[in-house]
Amino acid sequence: MLLGLILLVLTVAGCVLFAARPVWFPLAITAGAHAWDREFTWTLWIAGIIFIAAQLLLAWTILRGRKRKAASSMTGHRGLELTWTAATAALFLALSFLGSSGWAKVATRAPGKETIEVDAHQFAWSFRYPGPDGYFGHTGIEFINDAAGDPVGIDPKDPTGKDDFVTATLRIPVGRDVLLLLHSRDVIHDFFVRELRTKQDIVPGMEIPLEIHVNRPGNYEIACAQLCGLGHSQMRSVLIAMPAAEYDQWKRTRH
Amino acid sequence: METHAALKRSIGSRLFSTDHRTIARQYFFLSLLAVLLGTALSLVMRFHLIYPEATIGDGDVMAPEYYLSLMTLHGTVMVFFVLTLAPLNAFGNLVLPEQLGAADMAFPGLNRASFWIAALSFGLLLGSFLATGGGPLAGWTAYPPLSAVGAISGPGEGLGQTLWFFSIAVFSISSLLTAINMIATVIDERGPGMTLMRMPATCWNWFVAAILSLLAFSALLAALLLILLDRLAGTSFFVPAGLLVADEAIRNGGGSPLLWEHLFWFFGHPEVYIAILPGMGIVSHLIANFSRRPLFGYRAMVWASISIAFLGLVVWGHHMFISGINPYSAVVFSFLTMVIGVPSAVKTFNWIATAWNGSLRLTTAMLFSLGFVSVFVTGGLSGLFLGQPEIDAYFHDTYFVVAHFHLIMGIAALFGIFAATFYWFPLLFGRMMDERLGKLHFYLTFIGAYATFLPMHFAGFAGNPRRYSDFTTFDFLAKVMPLQRWITFSAFALAAVQVIFLWNLFHSIRGGAIAPKNPWRATGLEWSEYEGPTVRGPYEYSQPGAAKDYLVQNEP
Repeated sequence: MLLGLILLVLTVAGCVLFAARPVWFPLAITAGAHAWDREFTWTLWIAGIIFIAAQLLLAWTILRGRKRKAASSMTGHRGLELTWTAATAALFLALSFLGSSGWAKVATRAPGKETIEVDAHQFAWSFRYPGPDGYFGHTGIEFINDAAGDPVGIDPKDPTGKDDFVTATLRIPVGRDVLLLLHSRDVIHDFFVRELRTKQDIVPGMEIPLEIHVNRPGNYEIACAQLCGLGHSQMRSVLIAMPAAEYDQWKRTRH
Repeated sequence: METHAALKRSIGSRLFSTDHRTIARQYFFLSLLAVLLGTALSLVMRFHLIYPEATIGDGDVMAPEYYLSLMTLHGTVMVFFVLTLAPLNAFGNLVLPEQLGAADMAFPGLNRASFWIAALSFGLLLGSFLATGGGPLAGWTAYPPLSAVGAISGPGEGLGQTLWFFSIAVFSISSLLTAINMIATVIDERGPGMTLMRMPATCWNWFVAAILSLLAFSALLAALLLILLDRLAGTSFFVPAGLLVADEAIRNGGGSPLLWEHLFWFFGHPEVYIAILPGMGIVSHLIANFSRRPLFGYRAMVWASISIAFLGLVVWGHHMFISGINPYSAVVFSFLTMVIGVPSAVKTFNWIATAWNGSLRLTTAMLFSLGFVSVFVTGGLSGLFLGQPEIDAYFHDTYFVVAHFHLIMGIAALFGIFAATFYWFPLLFGRMMDERLGKLHFYLTFIGAYATFLPMHFAGFAGNPRRYSDFTTFDFLAKVMPLQRWITFSAFALAAVQVIFLWNLFHSIRGGAIAPKNPWRATGLEWSEYEGPTVRGPYEYSQPGAAKDYLVQNEP
């Protein structure tokens, strides 16, 4: 009896929580992030309706069953069972197909894309820009020298690496395709910017591409989202999305 | 009067008994010890998260590596020693042979060995946290290279992490032996007349969970041996070339961290079902009994369990959507994950349909069973989000995931354990537990669980990453702190009301009312006063024309 009432209160409390929103999502800054927000919203409606229906059904079952003297001896109902199996199958499969529509776009290198290398290590971020020649210089761990300002390890003998420069924050132009090439030198890290609505593990030994197209200038925090050791929660940097002209000017000052 | 030697013999014969009920009690108390430890660890962590400046001992604040080692121990203890051992090993051992009409498990000596190997594993786990250098901090998932390259990757990653891997390898051996024993018991030891389709839902789910356990722990054991070779013998299964960890070049090369993720989650996902399938069986069994009616859709329930187990083996990739696997394979894993929703929903419908036209007896065991259905639905619904790769890319490794698995794996399985404890307490200790305290404990636990884990989803909405030892570095986390404080206070309240259960448990072991032969007027053979073979199905409640509202399976 009491459980039925508690379930009613729970259902109402759940709805109130979603109406009050003690905390909510940050701003979306890419077309993909806006699409994410739409996909989330309709998934939330479906899940919300199922939540309310299931909890109320359970509450009602408890409230009505308390006083019944004789129980039914029914062991099943083929029609009913087939109906709810088919209905849930249709719902979940539809969700699966709709949910994968925005996925599986593999980022590729192409001329005209602003390409930046993201280098993660315990417990800091570095970002390498290829310089005016557009090529990243060869690297090796034997050249890494954090104290001397080279956390990437650019080979001094490679001419294409001469104009490369490394920063501690990630500056990108607004309104252009930006291809991030994710690298880690030690353990698995994860590149997570909430406003992009995505994250990507950075696996040592692999180069994983991540393409973004930010359409709103501003500063957005970069967090590591894969447990990487004792400094995991301190592994922070900032994504600075700048108007394209300002970005080009900033890049010129770096050569 | 017992002589000293006789007393020693009797303690020895109890400790090293091959009797399935004694072994069940041993597992029960090992799990109880583990859950007390795991809960205490979670409270220390929750306290630190909202009071990061609080000092301990000689005036130091908690070091991040210490927090992470507590977190690793919490996850490991809860997943292996609570959620695996209590529902499958403790209650499986206690009830499975009785309900099948078997004299004992198929291999009683092996059964005794399984328990002591599990106990050894627990000892090794505790040892890993007392090892020089501290406890491992790589989490219960222990992703390499962090977990594979030794102490240079962090404190506790030396001896502590090695012992941790040994502990889990020993645990895997114990689980494999238990699985073989349970499978053999179901196949070979059923009493006369106990056909497979006359087995109670409990036995079916223990059976299916044991098969899953056999397959999953084999993969885990293999992976553990490989990573131990990486750590101790200089091989490179999981360590790629060209690593520089803490300014030290790693000599290994050619391995793949993703290989570990595949092997680990090939175990890790089925493990979720190993933990929850027994609970599903218990809840099916109890809702039928306390509704006084046959389990609705028994055959569908059996097939749903088998489908969940089968699908559970092929969805490990949904833990790896953002790991760097081919994004197209994520689409396949997502599809299969969504398909698991179907047998899960079928089970939920059948539980509600069983209670629908029943004459409900809201005992504590029944309340926990109904509570299980409620949290199973709630925890399952967040799976609708996480099963979509695109949505998961935001929620992965945030508190949304923490809320999801604590509800569906943690709280739901614990409700199954609580229900089983109240229901089979007469088999465990010959007495009844106190119903008034039991109900009070249920209501407070039910409210506390939702108060803790429902708001936690919102921390995930804000993008709050999990496995952070403090929330002070990031500006955006300041806004989440009031919510995190609420979660901590709720968690403390939830833990505090468990004292009611502990009091009830220990008081009832000695002073509870003596249990009658068949206290719940149940159909199962474990309560039967008859001697003959099984002649009827498992849920003959409220049969028309019968003199009483239940017919025991071997009642002539």
